[in-house]
Amino acid sequence: MDDALLRALTPTVIGVLCRRGADFATAEDAVQEALVEAVRRWPDDPPQDPRGWLVTVAWRKFLDVARADAARRQREARVEAEPSPEPAASVDDTLRLYSLCAHPSLTPSSAVALTLRAVGGLTTRQIAEAYLVPEATMAQRISRAKRTVAGVRLDRSGDVATVLKVLYLVFNEGYTGDVDLAAEAIRLTRELRGMYPHPEVAGLLALMLLHHARRPARTRADGGLVPLAEQDRGRWDTDLIAEGVEILQAALARDRLGEFQAQAAVAALHADARTVGETDWVQIVEWYDELLRLTDNPVARLNRAVAVGEADGPRAGLAALVQLDPGLPRHAAAAAYLHERDGDLVTAARLYTEAARAATNQPERDHLVRQAARLNSVRGRERGRG
Amino acid sequence: MTKYLLLKHYRGAPAAVNDVPMDRWTPEEVSAHIQYMNDFAARLEGTGEYVDGQALSPEGMFVRYDGEGRPPVTDGPFPETKDLIAGWMVIDVENQERAVELAGELSAAPGAGGRPIHEWLELRPFLTAAPTVTE
Repeated sequence: MDDALLRALTPTVIGVLCRRGADFATAEDAVQEALVEAVRRWPDDPPQDPRGWLVTVAWRKFLDVARADAARRQREARVEAEPSPEPAASVDDTLRLYSLCAHPSLTPSSAVALTLRAVGGLTTRQIAEAYLVPEATMAQRISRAKRTVAGVRLDRSGDVATVLKVLYLVFNEGYTGDVDLAAEAIRLTRELRGMYPHPEVAGLLALMLLHHARRPARTRADGGLVPLAEQDRGRWDTDLIAEGVEILQAALARDRLGEFQAQAAVAALHADARTVGETDWVQIVEWYDELLRLTDNPVARLNRAVAVGEADGPRAGLAALVQLDPGLPRHAAAAAYLHERDGDLVTAARLYTEAARAATNQPERDHLVRQAARLNSVRGRERGRG
Repeated sequence: MTKYLLLKHYRGAPAAVNDVPMDRWTPEEVSAHIQYMNDFAARLEGTGEYVDGQALSPEGMFVRYDGEGRPPVTDGPFPETKDLIAGWMVIDVENQERAVELAGELSAAPGAGGRPIHEWLELRPFLTAAPTVTE
């Protein structure tokens, strides 16, 4: 049973049904049902043409619903039982589906859920498990999302930027469960790049690959966070890094810079350094400057200040930090780090504690508490000697 | 999306506006209150924002470890600790604004005289999993 094949075919089959006149919401349900049937039947009876099989079964399921619906409303079914020979599978159909699922009228979480189901081919249960909500809640979130976009015409492809934001969210937000959503985001971004080779699509793919390459080194056995500077770089996936760098370089060569390319460039510079000491912080600061010219991103402003601290010394970093809003996420954590580098351990320890209280995720909170404890215990020992 | 805990407890917050204990309500008022809570949960399931809701027994005890090979020590309940947690609801919402809006609605549950209780609910965000991209 090739789960990956089924998931890859999902958006194409939805696209075919919509092209034949099915409405998106019913088509999407019909394709999900066809997937369930495929999982049940293919192991004993694999089809010659998986895509054709799915289209046939999904179309039948769609007709059942459409006829029942028409009977209920006592109206003629407008859809033909035997569709005219379909046009060749269209890349545009799939592209439009990506846009529809990321439509700006959807909230980010609805867009994520709908994308994972209709484009990613995941089941509602898998999506619910990934985001730790009951399946009934996720089912409602998805059907509301489908109702929201019901009036959107599928024949107009939307802004690719909204699609990229949704794929970035899938990649970046934490998740649980059996499905590797980071890998799923990479798969969908790869597909998108195949259909729509815009430099920012390539930039996002490169960004994902370069971060995914570090995953084996990012987490301790106990689930604790390993900061970039302390990661065992021997455990980084060099194939992913090479691929990410190559994709990024090709994108940058087209001279249409965007925020994902700039972020990927920072990630590539980190990936380039064999040791943390070899990191080219001057270039990283330059890329953050580019990024801030493209987008007023508070995280980028903070990261720039930290990078300045590495390039020009902690005092310079603190001077950059002073100009930023202290309410920015991770402001205290960045200040703590720079004060520690500057040798002011008392202030650093206090700020690490403050940062831990402000942390919004648990691995980061635990890491910051450990940092505060480390500095406090060093000072405790010094007092003991004195 | 962030998950928030809506916690109903009696520790630290001022009294509710309509502060009449439940056993002094009429049976119909009790039923109306319960109906309101059930409807609220059902509505949140419909909007795809409901995660969990539980009520707790008011009776409990304190427990602590008492050393190797010894059974845990139990104590209480302590009548002087008026920090009874009555129950909670967990929601999964787009932002803090939405969480505040929903907590306000829950606090409007009807009590004595069928009027809103206006009780204080504590709203606390859950810590999430770590994001992938941090630098």
